[in-house]
Formats: sequence, structure tokens, C-alpha cells
Amino acid sequence: MSNGRFGQHGGQYIPETLMNAVLELEEAYNKYKDDPTFNQELQELFNEYAGRPSRLYYAKHMTEDLGGAKVYLKREDLNHTGAHKINNVIGQCLLAQKMGKTRVIAETGAGQHGVATATVAALMGMECEIFMGAVDCERQALNVYRMKLLGAKVHPVTSGTATLKDAVSETMREWTNRIDDTHYVLGSVMGPHPFPTIVRDFQAVISKEMKEQILEKEGRLPDAVLACVGGGSNAIGAFYHFINDKEVRLIGCEAAGRGIDTKETAATLNTGKLGIFHGMKSYFCQDEYGQIAPVYSISAGLDYPGIGPEHAMLYDEGRAEYVAITDDEAVDAFEYLSKTEGIIPAIESAHAVAHAMKIVPTMSKDQIVIINISGRGDKDVAAIARYRGEDIHE
Amino acid sequence: MNNRVTDAFKKGKAFIPFITCGDPDLETTKELIVAMDQAGADVIELGIPFSDPTAEGPVIQEANIRALSQGITTDDIFAMVKEVRQQTQVPLVFMTYANVVYSYGIERFMKNSRDVGMDGLILPDVPHEEKAEFAQVADDFDIAFISLIAPTSKERIRQIAKDAEGFVYCVSSLGVTGTRSDITTDIKSMVDLVKAEKDIPCAVGFGISTPSQAKQMADQSDGAIVGSAIVKICAKYGKDCVPYVAQFVKEMKDGICA
Repeated sequence: MSNGRFGQHGGQYIPETLMNAVLELEEAYNKYKDDPTFNQELQELFNEYAGRPSRLYYAKHMTEDLGGAKVYLKREDLNHTGAHKINNVIGQCLLAQKMGKTRVIAETGAGQHGVATATVAALMGMECEIFMGAVDCERQALNVYRMKLLGAKVHPVTSGTATLKDAVSETMREWTNRIDDTHYVLGSVMGPHPFPTIVRDFQAVISKEMKEQILEKEGRLPDAVLACVGGGSNAIGAFYHFINDKEVRLIGCEAAGRGIDTKETAATLNTGKLGIFHGMKSYFCQDEYGQIAPVYSISAGLDYPGIGPEHAMLYDEGRAEYVAITDDEAVDAFEYLSKTEGIIPAIESAHAVAHAMKIVPTMSKDQIVIINISGRGDKDVAAIARYRGEDIHE
Repeated sequence: MNNRVTDAFKKGKAFIPFITCGDPDLETTKELIVAMDQAGADVIELGIPFSDPTAEGPVIQEANIRALSQGITTDDIFAMVKEVRQQTQVPLVFMTYANVVYSYGIERFMKNSRDVGMDGLILPDVPHEEKAEFAQVADDFDIAFISLIAPTSKERIRQIAKDAEGFVYCVSSLGVTGTRSDITTDIKSMVDLVKAEKDIPCAVGFGISTPSQAKQMADQSDGAIVGSAIVKICAKYGKDCVPYVAQFVKEMKDGICA
């Protein structure tokens, strides 16, 4: 069996054409991950360019209003480009540069990963091409323009459901076309090994900081950490340094869309089954013949039929819990956080806020919950307005 | 050990056409198999449609969608093969994606394949590192698990060739399936690397659409595989495609034997 397994999950299910590329990437990553110069450059970009460390903010009004556990917000929305995506992109682009690559390609759903990739490519002087589902290009038109402004070429993907999964497929196809000078900056903890490990390591800075910050503020670990899950990069980043602290509940919030009892859902662990797709063995929304399901969520970033292999393992082991949050609940939470704390979260992150609104009141006042606010919600304002029946267009 | 696929190369250079099952419908697929056999096909690749075929270009992606939109399932395809086996003994290999086989149950898939008379299986998203899970079961049911090598494979070719069965599928170019005007890869060197390791036939696929291209590829190997060019004919003529496909297969077979 191949490398890169998380329990029974993971692996390298990709065309032979790409095998040497992922093996080369693994070799390069193993060489640089403990290299002091590489890590110094990474740290400097994290701090000086992305604005790390991100704040751990005590949400006083939300805590008082919900009347249970103390609520902290990890402010990944305050990073440069407005989401956690930049952490991984800085890491991968730096690695690609060390490998002598001059061109980066990436998929994007909501556009956050595409914008982050275009941004770092601009910073590092790399050629950049982004693949985005045609439906998502429509939903997130402003982000498409933003990527172009940053010098990237954006390819709308019309195959399949024209959303995130099709963007991933198309980026993989493009990578088989041009490998020598090109690195695929995969945006989540998914795909073939070594991507789930590399992306997790670069995102793990979130829980590393969280742990230091909560110990400093409260002198103890939190009782629960909540994060939204599509492919699962912000969630694994928020969970990683707590995995061995068994007393900390880790809760991933999937997109239920219109409900897990409908076909219009993207809640992989709540509705999917074991399969092999996009380079990995994991859980996927699919029919009885293994055809991948056309999933749905109001959030373009969670609108993906699979989940990263490490989450699949944490699920199997029972170490993390995965709940499903509907569009309605997420939109309510989006508005709630905006009004109570003056923080407009990404609609993706609002899924985690929604679950906190359910469990915090049931917890005692001496307990602590941290919600990872993976991104800012400016990109979603027009879509939420339309959801509420207001005719606003970007 | 299934040798029917390997034996198909003993008569000379082989021509291997590919079609997507159920494009435009399964009745036509049956007629195509029989007609291609009569037109000189030495092995036939049957694509089981998958919703997200990541190794395919637009032509075969669309064929997958055409087939799936009619609700065609893996079970329907097994039933079709069982029927067509009464009319032809041409070696047949499935070409599909890991999840189609995995979700069906690997053992159940291989058993049904054998029972209906299949000879081999190609899974383009299962590289050498991941093949054991599939290949061991395939072997138990006498299905040849066919491996691919690519222009980027380099030193990997040795190991892949050592464990290869049926024939080695040489991917001619970078990128996905689809017709190309130029194939610049040094196919001969790839084939030589395989042969140095194991005496097994090598057939070249990806990008081939004309008899002269097919001949050029087959001259450097043991045969040529053509998919997109045939699927284009199926797309153009729909249910009336059989004589056009048969004519094309005959021209290609004549071309590589010329």
C-alpha cells in the first residue's frame, strides 16, 4: 500500500502521468519542512505579509447572549486576502519556488483559494492560472475580477456540475498537461499524498496559535473547538494541535444545504460512503454505482462531495464529531455574528457559528468554546441579500 | 492467468478501439462490438461511464455524460456484455475509474466480469502504488489488470513492467485523452524499457486519430489504441454510427498492418 495513509484513507489514486510529480513534491517537502532557512522565510511571510498571528478574540456579547460557555473567535478572517487559505498558499508557493517551478495552477470554489493563490503568485512573480466552476464564477463574480486584477488567468469550468469538484478535476487535467514548470497549489487537505499532509502542516499554525493564546488568556485548554468543513483545511488547521488533548472536543460543521434528508446537500460524513476520488480514499457523496453526487450548499466553499482523508480517519476513530448545518441555520448565524459582535463571517465559517449557537447555551459558564472564523463575509453579502429576497447584485 | 489479451497480439500488430458503453445506447454498443470485431479489432476497450472522468478530454467526458444521462448502470453493462458474448469472442477489457469498481465491491466486480466473459480491466486512476488492492482480486477471477506507463514515468517503467499483465498501455503524450496532431514522445525508448524487464506486448494510446499516426505508433510498439476519434463518430451519427465506426476501424487496422 502507498504512503500517505490516514487509517484506511488517503493514498495516491492518480494517473501515472502525475506520479513522478507527486513523488518529487514529497521529496522536496521532506527536504524543506525542517530546513531552518525555509521555515524562517515562511514565518516572515506569515507575520509580515499575511498578518499573523491572527487574534483570538473573546466574544463577550455572544457569550452573554447565549448564556453558557465562554466563546472565543479565532480571527482567520483578519489575514491578508480575508481567509485562512493564505497560510497554505504561502507555504506551497514558497516550496514550489524552491523546486524551481515558475507557474502555479489552482482550483477554487468560493474564490478565496484562487484569490490567495493569485496574490502570492503576484508577490513571488509566478505565472498563475485558476480553474473555477462556471456556476461559482457567477456566484462570486467579484472574486473572479479580483484574481484577474492580481494578474491571474481565470478559466471557467463548464464540465459536470460546474462547481468546485469540476474545478478540481480540470486543474488535475491541466497539471497532466504541463508538469515541468508547474506546481498545483491544491487548496484543501485532500487529493493525493502528499497534499493532505502538506496542507495540514501549513494550516496547523491556526491551532498552534490558538493553544498558546488560550493558555495565555485562560490558563487552560478549551472544551471544544468548532470549524466548518468542506474539504477540511481550516478545520484540520484548527484541530491539529488539540488531537492529542482528548478532553478537547473537536467539532466539524458540514454543509447540509437544504437538509441531509434531501439531495441538495454537501454533508459528506453525514450522507456519504467510502470511495476513491480525486486522488484519495475517503468518504464521498455518491450513488450506489459510485457516481459522484451533484452536491449543493449555499456556500461555494463547502460545496464539495468529499472530505479530506485525515478527517475521515478522525471520524472513524470517533476523535472528532461532524455535524450538519443547513443553509437557513448558516444564514441566521451569519446575521447573528454580524449584529452581536460586528463581525461579518464568511458563509462557510457561519456554519461553525451556527453549531456554537446550538451547543454553547447547553454548556456551563466555566467552559470554553473556540470557533474558527475561517474567513470574512464581504464576498457573501450580495448572495445573502438575495437569499433574504433583496435584489442586490455586485 | 488470463492470456487471451496477450494472445491477441500474436497475430501481428494489434488495433484496439475504445467506445463508451451506452453511448448512444447499449443496443448500439452491442452492435459496435460485433462490427468492430469483424472490421479487424484485436482487443476492444469498453468504457464504463463515470461522472467525473479525470483522465479524459472533452470528447470522452461528453460520451460519459450522454451514457449516464440515460441512467445506464454497471449492472446494465454486465448484462450487455453477457449477451454480446454469444456473438463474438474478441478479447474485451473494461476501462473505468477506481470508484466505479470500489463502490460496486472489488470482488463482486471481478467475479461478474469473469462470469460475463470479460478479459481485462484498466483503471487510469490506480497507479502502481495502489494496484495491489485491485490486481490481486482481478487475478483470482482471471481478469488481466492492465498497467499504464506515461512519458513522465522514467525509472518507474521497470517496476511497472515487472508486475504488468495482459499488455502495457503506453500513454503517448502528456495531458488527457483526445486527438493530437503531433506525438513527440520517444515511444520506442519507453517500449524498450518495458521489454528489457518483461516479454509483454505494449500498445500506444492517447492522441491517435489517423491510420498513419496509428502505423507510426504501432511500428514502435505492438499496437495502437484509439478512443476519442471513434467516440467522435458515435457522437456525430448516434444510433446510425455502426457502419461508420466499422469503416474507421478497418482503415486503422489496414493502416497499421500496411
